[in-house]
Amino acid sequence: MWLATWLSNLDRRWLFLVMGVLVLEPLLFPLSLPLRVTPPVHGFAAAIDSVPAGSTVLMSCDYDPASIPELVPMTRTAFRHLLSRRCKIVITCLWSGGPGLVDSVTSEVAREFPDRRYGVDWVNLGYKSGNEAVMVLMGQGIRNVFPRDFRGNAVATLPIMRSVRDYTSFPLLVNISAGYPGTKEWVQQVQARFHLPMVAGVTAVSAPEFYPYLQSHQLRGMLGGMAGAAEYEVARGEKGTASKGMDAQSLGHLFVALCIVVGNVVSFLQRRRS
Amino acid sequence: MTLHPSHDPGIWVGAALTLCIFSFLYRDNPFYKFAEHLFVGVSAGYLIILSYWTVIDSNLVQPLGLAFHGTGTKTANAGMWAASQGDYRGWLLVPAVFGVLLFTRLLPKIGWMSRLALALIIGVYAGIKTTGFAQGDFVAQVQASLQPLWKAGDPAFGINAIVFTVGLITSLLFFFFSREHKGALGVASRVGIGFLMVGFGAGYGYTVMSRISLLIGRLQFLLENWLGLR
Repeated sequence: MWLATWLSNLDRRWLFLVMGVLVLEPLLFPLSLPLRVTPPVHGFAAAIDSVPAGSTVLMSCDYDPASIPELVPMTRTAFRHLLSRRCKIVITCLWSGGPGLVDSVTSEVAREFPDRRYGVDWVNLGYKSGNEAVMVLMGQGIRNVFPRDFRGNAVATLPIMRSVRDYTSFPLLVNISAGYPGTKEWVQQVQARFHLPMVAGVTAVSAPEFYPYLQSHQLRGMLGGMAGAAEYEVARGEKGTASKGMDAQSLGHLFVALCIVVGNVVSFLQRRRS
Repeated sequence: MTLHPSHDPGIWVGAALTLCIFSFLYRDNPFYKFAEHLFVGVSAGYLIILSYWTVIDSNLVQPLGLAFHGTGTKTANAGMWAASQGDYRGWLLVPAVFGVLLFTRLLPKIGWMSRLALALIIGVYAGIKTTGFAQGDFVAQVQASLQPLWKAGDPAFGINAIVFTVGLITSLLFFFFSREHKGALGVASRVGIGFLMVGFGAGYGYTVMSRISLLIGRLQFLLENWLGLR
């Protein structure tokens, strides 16, 4: 009983410390735990593989720096995947904190492909406020909504935009989203209305909400949180930041599960005593 | 493993602010407060500037400037009011006026005028969201729920379909409040609670993953970008 009393009075900062050590240790000394690629991630990669080489894909990166650990690895791998398939990419952002971050990530990846040029092979159209209204308006013409790109260029003068009119110009929408506006709104306003095939990479906290869309095939594939990003990296044969973080993720989860079990046992013992 | 600290001042500022935020785990303190207030102020300033240059300037000020010169964004037609799809010319004054009306809340005597703009915004968004939900969620999800319970040569499909159908019906029955949950309805609603709990558990697990990911991201930043541990 003394253990139960001691645990119930334990300062929560000890738990923070243990969690910190458990997460830090595998980042310094990787455990290389196995990682299996699940069907939703296979679906995501397969949907991009099925896009005809040379087509123009719409990629909406709806997140801000708060979601960097989960969504930047997805953006990086998806952008690299699309460039390696010789696709052209039109990027939009519906979150104000996103365009600068996305621009730096895509520019970094594009340096691996020296023959690809901004404005010809990819363009960052930047941020536009209006949430669902922007999505609906894009169906009437992308250039009407985004007259200038994130770097201030007139969109009409960019070679990549000459063949882009509206959603009919794209064979696939790749959405990387952290919440509202994001995957749910793209499904409701664009996938359902314009029948544009779609895949999504989402934060773990919002992932359960989107499984019904996978089951109904409204989403062709999905990456859920850091685990989804890591599986995608494994599927693509890459070793990115998400894969590196998964050992720490596993130890963290084990510790949380242990805390839940111990907390319930302590609670049960205390209730029986009282 | 050796240290190669960053020479980028931006990385050092980021690292210092990260440590300020982490200090809250010990207790509330002035370093945490400073980082928190800085974040709020910088975010608000950034949003205002970004919104002006990417929305108001490019979608309103510049097209209106062209309209006043009679050219518009599409040069085929001449005239301030010769609008066409995507080239709204002088008609952009209408949304501009509605935008300005929102600020009348700052003047109590004419504050009621802001309700005109709010009514427009609420009406448009209610319409967009209703049709989007009906098409994207309601119809599509009901359609996807109607599936065969058996497929020849694929027993796993049948098991999945039966579990799905039982979960769907019992979860819906749990939210049927027109009759007391007794007898068969009580049993079904208790089964529905079980399915709902599984859903909540999955949601909790994913939430834990999200939060640990944030910690991993910050530690990766400190170890790799700031300290350059290799």
